Amino acid sequence: MSEGHGRHRLGSRIPQDPGQQRLPVPGAGLPVPGAGPPGPGAGSGGPSAIRLVWVYPDLLSTYGDRGNLLMLDRRARLRGIGVEIAEVNSDQRVPVDGDIYLLGGGEDLPQILAARRLAADGGLTGAMNRGAVIFAVCAGYQIVGTEFGGAEGEPVPGLGLIDISSGRGDRRGVGEITADVDPALGVERLTGFENHQGVTSRGPEVRPLATVLTGVGNGDGTEGAYCGRVVGTYLHGPALVRNPGLADMLLRWVTGSLPALDPQQEDLVLKLRGERLAAHPASAG
Amino acid sequence: MSTSSPPSRRYSLPLRARLATTVGGAAGRASRLAGRGDGSVIGGVIGLRLKPDLLSLLARGRQVILVTGTNGKTTTTRLITAGLSTLGQQIASNAFGANMEAGLVAALAKAPDATLAVLEVDESYLPATLKATSARVVVLLNLSRDQMDRAAEIWMLARRWRAALAQAPDCRVIANADDPLVAWAAGQAPQVTWVAAGQRWHDDSWCCPNCGSHLRRDGEDWYCGECANRRPPVSWVLAEDEVIDPTGRSRTLDLILPGRANQSNAVVALAVADVFGVGVSQAIGALQQVRSVAGRYTTIERHGCSLRLLLAKNPAGWLEALDVLAPPPAPVLLAVNAQVPDGRDTSWLWDVDYRRLRGRQVFVAGERKLDLAVRLEADEVAFRIVGSVDEAVAAARSPSMEVIANYTAFQQIRTVLGRTD
Repeated sequence: MSEGHGRHRLGSRIPQDPGQQRLPVPGAGLPVPGAGPPGPGAGSGGPSAIRLVWVYPDLLSTYGDRGNLLMLDRRARLRGIGVEIAEVNSDQRVPVDGDIYLLGGGEDLPQILAARRLAADGGLTGAMNRGAVIFAVCAGYQIVGTEFGGAEGEPVPGLGLIDISSGRGDRRGVGEITADVDPALGVERLTGFENHQGVTSRGPEVRPLATVLTGVGNGDGTEGAYCGRVVGTYLHGPALVRNPGLADMLLRWVTGSLPALDPQQEDLVLKLRGERLAAHPASAG
Repeated sequence: MSTSSPPSRRYSLPLRARLATTVGGAAGRASRLAGRGDGSVIGGVIGLRLKPDLLSLLARGRQVILVTGTNGKTTTTRLITAGLSTLGQQIASNAFGANMEAGLVAALAKAPDATLAVLEVDESYLPATLKATSARVVVLLNLSRDQMDRAAEIWMLARRWRAALAQAPDCRVIANADDPLVAWAAGQAPQVTWVAAGQRWHDDSWCCPNCGSHLRRDGEDWYCGECANRRPPVSWVLAEDEVIDPTGRSRTLDLILPGRANQSNAVVALAVADVFGVGVSQAIGALQQVRSVAGRYTTIERHGCSLRLLLAKNPAGWLEALDVLAPPPAPVLLAVNAQVPDGRDTSWLWDVDYRRLRGRQVFVAGERKLDLAVRLEADEVAFRIVGSVDEAVAAARSPSMEVIANYTAFQQIRTVLGRTD
């Protein structure tokens, strides 16, 4: 955005100082306040602040990806949990001390560039090794895997944070998608919009996030994938908006427990969710 | 391209094409009489079925100007037509935004004797139209995210434009140098007039379209840190409300149409008028007469409230619409649909920054009002959901209200309020 949304704006999206524009800013993103290992609770956002890191909005933000950041921010704050937000551009270092990392969608060329720069940077891999939560949609989902299809369908190496491999399918999947989440995760049915041409397969350690009811997903009747605290999905853009249960799962992975919301506070979200699920009833198969 | 045309173009068409335009014209009249749309497309559809190369036949012997870009096509088409009307010639134009092949065919068939044609063209359809019409001028306004479920991704669009324009030696491209994607798309065209028309929305041009590296911005200037790609030298400049022409002379625009986006459209229109020999002062005079464009910017009285209608179809368009809102406390009605022409996917709502509506009276309507409501809630904007324009007018108790709606929501509101162009 030309005017940042971030409540606590740590990483600068638009460098204002021309001097800053020339060089990658060392340690841009989350300032490390010289404290000990920063887990939940460190930083300036309060005693239990969650650190949200939006990775490369300059490359991976095609259609409403900011929604995931805003929903996590809102649902944490409604529960009295402080939030720090860092928007980290591709010419900045990815901090390793965030709690939840968000990766959005992107066209072929930006996707390849993002994968290359993230691999060279190493911050995201470091964060995962520290136990951070990673939520990746669409192009971001493919990037966290071992490989994906480039502009001409050629294989491009991913970050290998999760053992999935993506390629190009025969045709584009565009439309509403509904899918039932792996019961082990205790999250309600997914509803969203997909717009991609990817097909994704999983290694033995990785479980599908959900089973497709309507739509395309991974191309084999499953949708998305998760392993450890890395979650990926083909629901594009603001996937967490209509799936507050998934947003809460990510927050819970950080905080351990999460108080219930006052029903009034999520009345509209649940109405929207209900409307979308009713408009696209799951025609089994 | 031939600049002379036969005295009456109608009889230069082959028999089957003549039949196709006649049958199509009748269908257009029937469609209007039946109250189904403005009749500008149905005739073209039927004509094309009879004669698939009708567009190329109808364009033959005319000087065609094509206008494309994500936002501002309809308004710029209208402004160019206004500027060129000072030449006193008949002009064919798809003034109501029907910008696919059938709409273009209908516009040309309706004006068989017009030697000039000003046609807005859907972004993805530009390469085919350029080829079919051998356009004399192509106008490239801007490129940003829009209706991703049915439109091509914009870097891909820019690549297609670039390839098509590189192979149009007789065509003059008039391009916005302030939009890096547009500049790159026009970068291999043999004849380009660069216009500094400004760029309000930056979120689709952080990276170099040529090599993908970060683009550096320094005031108006932009350049790639890695490759040689940079903002081309411009010959027309928009500075505040002033236009500086290629001779360096500055004049005030003073348009009735509101907002910076329309000033940008106007500068581009002046550059086009210049190609056809219309003087800048004369053209500005014509542009100043334009009050509304296909219902946009129109003010309509409703139960004692003046409603001003603004159309916004994508994040960049919403940014521009929010820019021109009357200052608080003027209440605002927002309406969003997600029919096919709008894009079925409402994700883009999350790319719009609604926080500046905080503290205003805001009403939310349209078929996807819940999507909009959740979006506003996340930006901590207070609002009230309404079922109709009238409900908003009754609740607002205000002498005026600003209305921003996306495509089909806008058309629905116009239908309720009574169409005025």
